[in-house]
Amino acid sequence: MLRNSLILILILGLAAIMLSIFVDYTPKEKLGPVAEHYANNGKEEVGAANLVTAVVVTYRGLDTLGEVSILFLSAAIIGFFLKIRNEEHSKNQIVIRYSEILGTGAKILVPIIILLGAYVFINGHLTPGGGFQGGAIIASAFVLMLIALPRPALNHRVLSIIESFSGLSYVIIGLLGVFLAAGFLDNQIMSLGTFGTILSAGAVPVIYILIGLKVGTELTGIIGNLKEIQNEE
Amino acid sequence: MIWIIISAVLGVVMITMSVVAIHHKKITIAILSAGGVSLIASILYLLLAAPDVALTEAAIGSGLTTFIFFYVLNKIKKHKHVEE
Repeated sequence: MLRNSLILILILGLAAIMLSIFVDYTPKEKLGPVAEHYANNGKEEVGAANLVTAVVVTYRGLDTLGEVSILFLSAAIIGFFLKIRNEEHSKNQIVIRYSEILGTGAKILVPIIILLGAYVFINGHLTPGGGFQGGAIIASAFVLMLIALPRPALNHRVLSIIESFSGLSYVIIGLLGVFLAAGFLDNQIMSLGTFGTILSAGAVPVIYILIGLKVGTELTGIIGNLKEIQNEE
Repeated sequence: MIWIIISAVLGVVMITMSVVAIHHKKITIAILSAGGVSLIASILYLLLAAPDVALTEAAIGSGLTTFIFFYVLNKIKKHKHVEE
């Protein structure tokens, strides 16, 4: 009873705070100084048609590198704590019946979804989307494959090679920016190209392809690890 | 005006689904409605003109997270069975 009334008081207090914020709210007519700089100079400085990508990859590139490292860290922790046995040790595997319709549908859909994911991260500087989104779409294709096909074999060695390669190349491209252009993760190490075409915005497409590969393989690895421990007692 | 009404309806559905996710006794239904909350959130992001965020929310929030929850739930149930 006391606990419930305390919760009620807490909710009412929060509601009062939110109400005062809501009453005082007036929509902003102008952009703030930083946002205004991005909106006005983004086209000349970065050359990406999608301004969100310009901010995420170039102006706030260091944050993106941090996000990628956090994702890597969580994938590594999951892989570390799940006790994954080798194939020969797991004798009592339960064979689950898989639906024929789901399996046939997955065989048609998985390549198409992977293609969509690749499209999303290759065109990240032109259309909405980018490395994270494309990588997540590719990972969801692999999830479909894992749940629909009877014995899909994920090659974790290939996954980790692709992941390490793309992570390393991302940092190397960032460091090249220090020597060849204005600073860490500057995209002008390559020519900016024609605005709005696929080969534009300097190093942004390359960075987004690397991020897409890294995120895709990492999430697939996490799901694959979770799938592999399902069949053990 | 019509978009405001659609957003309001979606918001109400979203709140209902999150209440279901907290209070439902069956964990499977709770997980599914938590995924539904993310799905509606991604539609709302799209209405608020943030397609990049909407893509992330749809792919990770309602896709991968739901699957990870189901895998973990399955594993926990098996452990309970062994202990009993």
